[in-house]
Amino acid sequence: MTTPDPMAEIRASFFVECEELMEALQDGLTMLDGGDADDETVNICFRAVHSMKGGAGAFGLDDLVRFSHRYETVLDEVRAGRLEPGHDVVLLFMRAADILSDIVHYSRDGLPVDPDKVEPTLRELEALISDEAEEEEAEVTDFQPMTLALPFGGPPADRVVRIRFAPEPDLFTSGNEPVHLLRALAALGEMQITPDLSEVPTLDALDPEAACLAWEIVLTTNRDRAEIEETFEFVEGLCKLSICEEQSGLSLPCLPGLPPLAMPPAPDAGVSPSAEVRPRLTLTAPPDCSDPEEGTPPPDTAKTHAPQPAPATPIAVESPVATAARPATTPPKATVRVDLDRIERLVNLVGELVINQAMLSQSVAQAGLPTNSPVVQGLEDFMQLTRDIQDSVMMIRAQPVKSLFQRLARIVRDTSAAVGKPVRFVTRGEATEVDKTVIERLADPLTHMIRNAVDHGLERPEARLAAGKPSEGCITLSAAHRSGRVVIEVMDDGGGIDRPRVQAIAEERGLIDPGQAMTDAEIDALLFMPGFSTVKQVSNLSGRGVGMDVVRKSIQDLGGRVSISSSPGKGTCFSISLPLTLAVLDGMVVDVAGEALVVPIGAIAETMAYREQDIRSVGPRTRVLHIRDSFVPLLDLGVELGFRPAKESNAGSVVLLVANEGETLGALIVDAIHEQRQVVIKGLQQGYGNAPGIAAATILGDGQVALILDPVDMMAKAGTRPGQTQPALAPTG
Amino acid sequence: MTDVAATAVEATERELLSFRVGGQEYCVDIMSVREIRGWTRPTPVPGSPHWVRGVINLRGTVLPIVDLARRLGISAEDASDRNVIIVVHLGQQTVGLLVDAVSDILSIAENDMRPPPDIASREGETFIKALTVVEERMLRVLELASLLPDTGREAA
Repeated sequence: MTTPDPMAEIRASFFVECEELMEALQDGLTMLDGGDADDETVNICFRAVHSMKGGAGAFGLDDLVRFSHRYETVLDEVRAGRLEPGHDVVLLFMRAADILSDIVHYSRDGLPVDPDKVEPTLRELEALISDEAEEEEAEVTDFQPMTLALPFGGPPADRVVRIRFAPEPDLFTSGNEPVHLLRALAALGEMQITPDLSEVPTLDALDPEAACLAWEIVLTTNRDRAEIEETFEFVEGLCKLSICEEQSGLSLPCLPGLPPLAMPPAPDAGVSPSAEVRPRLTLTAPPDCSDPEEGTPPPDTAKTHAPQPAPATPIAVESPVATAARPATTPPKATVRVDLDRIERLVNLVGELVINQAMLSQSVAQAGLPTNSPVVQGLEDFMQLTRDIQDSVMMIRAQPVKSLFQRLARIVRDTSAAVGKPVRFVTRGEATEVDKTVIERLADPLTHMIRNAVDHGLERPEARLAAGKPSEGCITLSAAHRSGRVVIEVMDDGGGIDRPRVQAIAEERGLIDPGQAMTDAEIDALLFMPGFSTVKQVSNLSGRGVGMDVVRKSIQDLGGRVSISSSPGKGTCFSISLPLTLAVLDGMVVDVAGEALVVPIGAIAETMAYREQDIRSVGPRTRVLHIRDSFVPLLDLGVELGFRPAKESNAGSVVLLVANEGETLGALIVDAIHEQRQVVIKGLQQGYGNAPGIAAATILGDGQVALILDPVDMMAKAGTRPGQTQPALAPTG
Repeated sequence: MTDVAATAVEATERELLSFRVGGQEYCVDIMSVREIRGWTRPTPVPGSPHWVRGVINLRGTVLPIVDLARRLGISAEDASDRNVIIVVHLGQQTVGLLVDAVSDILSIAENDMRPPPDIASREGETFIKALTVVEERMLRVLELASLLPDTGREAA
């Protein structure tokens, strides 16, 4: 409706990019901490911060520029090998990354940055360099912060570098100016430029938007290659660039991430050369190089060095997981950034398609066509396709849980600092994909569980040492697909659940009867009771007594389950099992007073025929069902929903046993069971009735809307208001 | 939004869709009308107000149906397949209005719209934004926003 401000759009996309860069930075730091880092890892971190700085400068986000500049300077020290990225240093980097992320968010929302939060970390960062720099600066007084020491070879000497720079049209359309680049290059040493006019057409054939010019540059410099590359950093991918060092006789590959267009790779190259090879080690000779190293065919050379993922794609969607072995080469996946609304629309359309197809099948079936008729066969193919499309669309919505896990890594760091327990955070299965909505709604419960694990799960360092464990606690967060569901586990290697204490507290709070014999599982389940908190001191992190029951509620709202397993002295594991998507549901279609209703399969423990002799009356209105030596409340769904008055006899009806977490909650009387099928969940608009127990709606094969029941909710609500029924709706139609 | 659009295009004329409900003639701004559908049996929703007939499937969307006669407090005659559903859109909401029959599309000058008389404060008449006379018939222009539940308040 409103005219979009083009600047605002670019700004918004910058912040989206920042998120991706932050992710790359986090990845890199995790790898550094894990010890399986190499030069490229540091480079990725450096570039991520550097790109943010560049973008922030363009938008005048001074706080962001200031912080990222100093952060980048320290990272550069590591990159140059002058600063050893030890554990403490990496931890500091992670804290700095957290603050950087905060600044990004503040900048996005236009909020002021609190200097008190930023300054201590900045000072710590700077302390790192000043320590290191003191030794350095004794010799090199005027060392540029961007300068890189060569990892091998002697002191930098003057060399002749031959550069060919051919801009692509995009370089001009994105507002870059070759003159500035060339001037910057000239500052590095003595330079001779020869324009290459061979591509320039005659005036009549000239396309003013085409880029025809190229330059041959002979640069005599003592600066190293990285600095030359840096000049072209902001035109990466917008030009053809080749840099050859004459003195060494080696050609250097094109800038990381530049399309290898300037040097088409040898067709038989087993490893894709140039772009995937670490820049400073590469000896690959591009075909157009004037003086390749003799007798060394490029592909072989490339193979002798461990090829690294193309460094210019730190924002690749799937970067290697810290704990997993990194594949030798991970070609960057092509990704498209799509507005979520468009995907929502597509999902909705596919939902309609599925319904439409069901309606079509039903009318074809009613028409009584023979099964071998072309229409029926065509319809079957159509059904297959619809199902495939539905699956693919659901996969678009699926996202790796990585972003969520990274957010939680920060929670671990913050919590561990606040309670003074050193924690090692291990994540597994970050690439596991879950529906985006599920991920978003998991953040809060998982945050709570992680805090609980650090605060309550892990023992204090002294206690750990006394128990013969390393003083540093370990929290493992893992995600995996298991039989059509996603299982997320939060594990700690702490003391486990102190069951006698849990039971004592539950007795103290009157949650259970004193002296009651309980199994371990029953005691563990007490943790989920509302108003239960084992920590005597209420900390500001967790333990406000609204903990685990809220967690369980939010997981249940997602159609998930939480379970605990714990062994004393070894640790506790909370396991969450979730459906893959919130958009479809396995349901049982039942008939209640002529209306079709869908009951989620997950909530039904058992179905049985209604037998008068199993029913007992308790008081005037409440009835219970006698089943296997226990009594469960019995509700007539038709009466409960106000579809009809209570019947004299429910003979011939069906009873559904409703269970939650394996615990039978009650029984519902329905008139008949129609079928079991997958239904597409549709929201109900607000304000048109919000009956307890009605979760959503769906559309059945005949085009009729059917309501989806939330039997657990219905039982809970019915329990609070026994015997209350709603006025019967007037029958319609 | 529709008001703005209408005044921008034609300062004085407004197009209205007129229909009959319980023997009386009403109309709504045609800009808010999305489509007109034949009768479909709605699925009743428990706990809804008495003037909500239920929900129907509008090409995959779950559409609530407001029984306009009940909403206006005119009569509670039962719906049949001769009834018509007018799908209207207001803000973020799309709702079906159950009416007896659709009559006409009229262009009415803004000047011909009369405010409803002050005595019309009883329930059922606060839904009327303006009155107008066309060919000796009195038309009641409905204020859609007052017909629909306040979603903001209900959600809070």
